[in-house]
Amino acid sequence: MLRLRDVSMTFNEGTFDEKKALLNINLNLREGEFVTVIGSNGAGKSTLMNVVSGNLFPDVGDIYINKKQVQTLPEYKRSALIGRVFQDPMAGTAPSMTIEENLAMAYTRNKKRSLKLGVTKKRKELFQDYLKTLNLGLENRLKAKVGLLSGGERQALSLLMATFTDPDILLLDEHTAALDPSRAELITALTKEVIEEFGLTTLMVTHNMQQALDLGDRLIMMDKGQIILDIHGEEKKQLSIEDLLKEFQRIRGEQFEDDRAVLG
Amino acid sequence: MFYALFGAVESGIIYAIMALGVYLSFRVLDFPDLTVDGSFVTGAAVAVVMIVNGVPPVLASLFAAVAGFIAGCITGILHTKGKINALLSGILMMIALYSINLRIMGKSNISLSDTTLFKQVESKSFIQSIDTFVNNGLSSLGVTGLPKTWSIVIMMIFITLAIKLLIDYFLKTDIGLALRATGDNIKMIRSFSANTDTLIILGIGISNALVALSGGLIAQLGGFADAQMGVGMIIIGLASVIIGEALFGKKTIPRITLAVIGGAIIYRMVVTLALRVDFLETGDMKMITAVIVIAALVAPKIMSTRKEKKRRLEKQAILKKQRAGEV
Repeated sequence: MLRLRDVSMTFNEGTFDEKKALLNINLNLREGEFVTVIGSNGAGKSTLMNVVSGNLFPDVGDIYINKKQVQTLPEYKRSALIGRVFQDPMAGTAPSMTIEENLAMAYTRNKKRSLKLGVTKKRKELFQDYLKTLNLGLENRLKAKVGLLSGGERQALSLLMATFTDPDILLLDEHTAALDPSRAELITALTKEVIEEFGLTTLMVTHNMQQALDLGDRLIMMDKGQIILDIHGEEKKQLSIEDLLKEFQRIRGEQFEDDRAVLG
Repeated sequence: MFYALFGAVESGIIYAIMALGVYLSFRVLDFPDLTVDGSFVTGAAVAVVMIVNGVPPVLASLFAAVAGFIAGCITGILHTKGKINALLSGILMMIALYSINLRIMGKSNISLSDTTLFKQVESKSFIQSIDTFVNNGLSSLGVTGLPKTWSIVIMMIFITLAIKLLIDYFLKTDIGLALRATGDNIKMIRSFSANTDTLIILGIGISNALVALSGGLIAQLGGFADAQMGVGMIIIGLASVIIGEALFGKKTIPRITLAVIGGAIIYRMVVTLALRVDFLETGDMKMITAVIVIAALVAPKIMSTRKEKKRRLEKQAILKKQRAGEV
């Protein structure tokens, strides 16, 4: 469903600040596969997300979504195929617009936008049905401005908006990192639910190792722009944080320097 | 006095169309578009030159709007495709339009004869009989200084309200929602496959189409187009938006667009009244405008700071009393 072939990207090439963000990445996600990505700061996780979403263009290499070559497609065109939830709960919604208007914009992601009304009676009913699945009571607040919602509510709405049109790929970029623990738990549970319901092909970046182990059916670890560990199926289910750290030290022969990753 | 205020309402309703355009760029798209100073004159120039050359005023007014749309689109292209800062792309277009407007007019000032949209309507016999009837009624009630015709005000109320309703509807369509989101959270709407470049170009185009239409109508009301008539127009538009929002609220879009129209009319009335003060001259108008905008921007902040201070002082006084009671 998502395939990266020999994707490399270097920032500030030829200068003192040269940084090889992605180094010959090869990655293949089957339809419905849910992959968690971990790695220390600067490992290339965010760059990986950005080249898939079209926010950045790789120097070399091909990217395929659903067998369609997309690496030269601009972000706004590619986002018809991709659902995204950002780390910042404020980033995924338009604050001065209402819940129903936000949902209407998400609903037309993969459709042609026209001069017909965005919020129709039919769509409203659909939105209410979807909002009910969040169990946050948002279905009764369709006309509330999104800016009035709490961070957790906004992130839950962002998650719904990113997924309910059944995108080919779902990208989650540390989407629970900016929330307090109880809200983060709620969003994690919702994420699991919604991915299972739609069978979404998902790539999730996280700093939280436990979360990376709990969620998904495949785990990859990145370091210095490379994928250094790729664990599937049964093997992943048996995995513990201890194993991951040991594995990392064995491959890299150095201390895992990221405090946040250890604490997670 | 009544006549002066009537004149203010009459032109205020026409300027309201310009203010609605400014609302679209400044508020909806969050794009401080200074093209307005130029495109207002472009509208006036196109309308007047076409009318002088025998084009029917209705058609000439529509072409004025089209010219403004093109000017706005170019500003949008400069900003999105040329990656020029929003303010600067507007200023560049404004400067360029100054020369273009002179080219359109051929000289810096053109007067109109009797063929304008308003004079055409005014001279219809049934309108004249209505005017006579209303004025006779009012003068029998003792009102003096009555206007020659009511037709302009009434016609413009219909046109401006129609434009307002169209904007209200447009901003609720799928494209309109995407346009609003572009001004609200551009990263978000891009992730929902909206071409934000196109939306910005379209939005600034529509905004300037309204501004130019307003310019074309003002030229027909005053009977002339002048290369300088757009100076400070952006501030007048902004003043109308800010005054309207402050006085009439900004809860929903239909409310804001109505507030903007109200703001434009009130702005005209304030200026008219200010100019009746003895020591002020016509040339002071821009200064008055600047003062109004500054006041409208600063006053709410001062008021809320004062309120906050008062609230704290009261709480501190209560605490003091409690402590005194304990000791």
